[in-house]
Amino acid sequence: MRNFKITYRLIIFTAVFVFGIVFAMPSFMQSQSGAKINLGLDLQGGLYMLLGVDNEEAIKSKIKSIASSLNYSIEKENIIIDRFSVDNDRIDFSLLDENDVEKMDLILKDINGLAVNFSNLHYSISLTPEEIKATQDYAILQAVETIRNRLDEFGLAEPTVAKQGEDKILVELAGIKTREDELRAKERITKAAHLQLMEVDDARMNQVYNMSEADAAQYGDVILSDARNENIKYIVKSIPILDGSTLTDAKVAFSQNNTPVINFTLNSEGAKKFGDYTEKSVGKRLAIVLDNKVYSAPSINERIGGGSGQISGSFTTEEARDVAVALRSGALLAPVKLLEQRSIGPSLGADSIKMSMIALIGASIAIVVFMMMYYGIAGVFANIALFVNVLVIIAVMAMFGATLTLPGMAGLVLTVGMAVDANVIINERIRELLREGASIKTSIEQGYKNAMTAIIDSNVTSLVTSVALYAYGTGPVKGFAVTLGIGILVSMITAIWGTHGMFDYFMRSIEKSNNTRLWFGYRRV
Amino acid sequence: MQFFSQKKIYDFMRMRFAAISLSAFLVLGSIYLLFDRGLQYGIDFSGGTLIQLKYDKAAPINDIREILTGVGGFVNLSVTEFGSADEVTIRFSGSNDNLGTDIGESISSLLKQTGNFEIRRADVVGPKVGDELRNKGLMAIAVSLIAILIYIAVRFEWRFAMAAIITEIHDVIITLGAISLFRIDVNLDTLAAVLTVLGYSLNDTIIIFDRIRDGIKSSKSTELPSIINESVSATLSRTVLTSGLTLATVVILYFFGGSMIEGFSLALIVGMVAGTLSSIFVASPALLWFKFSVLDFRNKELEKLKRKQDKEKLRSMYENGRV
Repeated sequence: MRNFKITYRLIIFTAVFVFGIVFAMPSFMQSQSGAKINLGLDLQGGLYMLLGVDNEEAIKSKIKSIASSLNYSIEKENIIIDRFSVDNDRIDFSLLDENDVEKMDLILKDINGLAVNFSNLHYSISLTPEEIKATQDYAILQAVETIRNRLDEFGLAEPTVAKQGEDKILVELAGIKTREDELRAKERITKAAHLQLMEVDDARMNQVYNMSEADAAQYGDVILSDARNENIKYIVKSIPILDGSTLTDAKVAFSQNNTPVINFTLNSEGAKKFGDYTEKSVGKRLAIVLDNKVYSAPSINERIGGGSGQISGSFTTEEARDVAVALRSGALLAPVKLLEQRSIGPSLGADSIKMSMIALIGASIAIVVFMMMYYGIAGVFANIALFVNVLVIIAVMAMFGATLTLPGMAGLVLTVGMAVDANVIINERIRELLREGASIKTSIEQGYKNAMTAIIDSNVTSLVTSVALYAYGTGPVKGFAVTLGIGILVSMITAIWGTHGMFDYFMRSIEKSNNTRLWFGYRRV
Repeated sequence: MQFFSQKKIYDFMRMRFAAISLSAFLVLGSIYLLFDRGLQYGIDFSGGTLIQLKYDKAAPINDIREILTGVGGFVNLSVTEFGSADEVTIRFSGSNDNLGTDIGESISSLLKQTGNFEIRRADVVGPKVGDELRNKGLMAIAVSLIAILIYIAVRFEWRFAMAAIITEIHDVIITLGAISLFRIDVNLDTLAAVLTVLGYSLNDTIIIFDRIRDGIKSSKSTELPSIINESVSATLSRTVLTSGLTLATVVILYFFGGSMIEGFSLALIVGMVAGTLSSIFVASPALLWFKFSVLDFRNKELEKLKRKQDKEKLRSMYENGRV
């Protein structure tokens, strides 16, 4: 075999080829295990959502929860206070007895992140700026985590839940088949699942229909409506006795008349507070509030120890299950809003794949045939390099878990078009040298050398563009940039080293045959 | 096979006034279109709702329009055929209030009587998100232009960079003009197309510039126009081949890629033709405008070479001294 020469270029190319085959295979054969290329939602159908997290609400609910534990401690320590009020981000109250200041300070010291303003026995409490920032950050991370947990119980293959920017969450659900599933998923995700146990203000219940929100606020109350009937209103103390943060479990059960109910369990701290409260509130009514709707308001007949309760309402079994899941995975500290929603039916995705495959194959055939006709065997080399290029793009994308989208497909088609560019430049340079009468060996070596600066400059600029696209682009633009960027990098190896390696291998035969028409599609005159 | 005689030098520079006039006409026409008609922003950038329905027969567009107009509340409602007679897209702005409720569901129940259909796509974009997407897109274009400017200035010379940027802006404006002319929806896909045109045309320009730089070093002539002619002629075969092949793939994409990427590929086709022509007829003459001097460049290159040789000499002396 002394006629054939194996150079480092050919070895690298072969290695890249093998790498491409090994890592691209799983993507082609669905049964095989290994990293597969992710198809974007536009190609496989599914639901895409961008959620905005309401940070303000997170602060409000944090303040509220501080207020309720403050309230508990104050009562426990027998501190007499006046005009306890909770504004959006501030708690205000006054002490009646100067001797309680010390006790009060002890209670406040136990709670982190408070900015306390004290004058004339009047306390004005808010969160420190650091605490506000931390609460907001925590709210979004907690929302991501919670939504992920809720979706995990949904049984979908690979839900994506990711924080995006300062206050947004990206959710991608592939493989949602029916609109019913879509609706349920959406419902589950956006449900705040904020459970509160609140005291009904029985003294003012009879005025509930004559009072405005502002009136109620004066008494430290809020007006909430019934979960089943918007027209039924309750007036309850705005500071909850307990909220869902002390919840440990929630399960669907069935009541005596066989309607689904949700049983929940509280942790020891919650159970104690609940026990203490019910003990001294026998005869009062307790409102079970979920997402600011009253589900039931039973009277307290005796102390409820053990820390379990029940939400009854006219749930369907499915609804009850969804609520239980939501409670179990935790409440969203801050409510989320749908900012953007895209749903793509599975049939559309399948059509898109089909269409772009036709385009990809059509474009490849056109290029392959033309290159072969125009450049002879040099064109065949370029075609082989092109094939490996596509293979490796798929392999690399599969390895990095990159997503192939519809514009990504277009990017792939375009890469195929642009990848031959390097070989066209090289082959043109080789022909030029042949025309000038250089030997075949020199023509090839010099041809590659002369073409190199142009190829590198043009590829680097394309790479710069795709990096900028990736950095500043969103969604489809990003997908396009990934495909293009990987394509350019890979084509540097395949189109430059790969074809050169093949020339090296056949160099002796080319020189011996001296048939430039066969090898370069150009007859030397 | 061979398309162009490689020996022949075409006089491109003689055509430059005609070519520049045509370019100027296209650019001004595009700018006029952009101001007069403007761009038709898709919901990605303007916010709004888009629903795509596929019927099992020809879609009753008029019925759909009538029903939805009758119900009211759909601002800027548009109902259009999409790709084939049995598919329609329904579009309206002002999604804001409806974002929470399921818009697909309500449209579905409103249109129940019009026949059997399937909801293939339902996109709802809030106005705030639209703004953000648009800003990010513009940012992407600006950043890539600046990065390219710097790269070319470093690799070539600042006049080359300026010429390249003028060419890029020329191509982007013409592409946008075409987008306006053909009423292609401007959405994220279209933005990707514009950015591709940018990258592609730059590719073309750089390859010609590279040849010109080569020519400046090796040509007998000291006149820039004749060097440009030599260089463009030498790369002509490559330019036509590559552009032809790439264009062929995009045309295939346009005809067979399905209606989802029709706008995308149409924008690409226009941009690529503009990009190919501009790399010949705009980029190279632009070098002349900036009073690029061949002799200066040669002297600089010579100096660079000299410095390099000096360095090597020094190094070899040093190494020899050690051995």
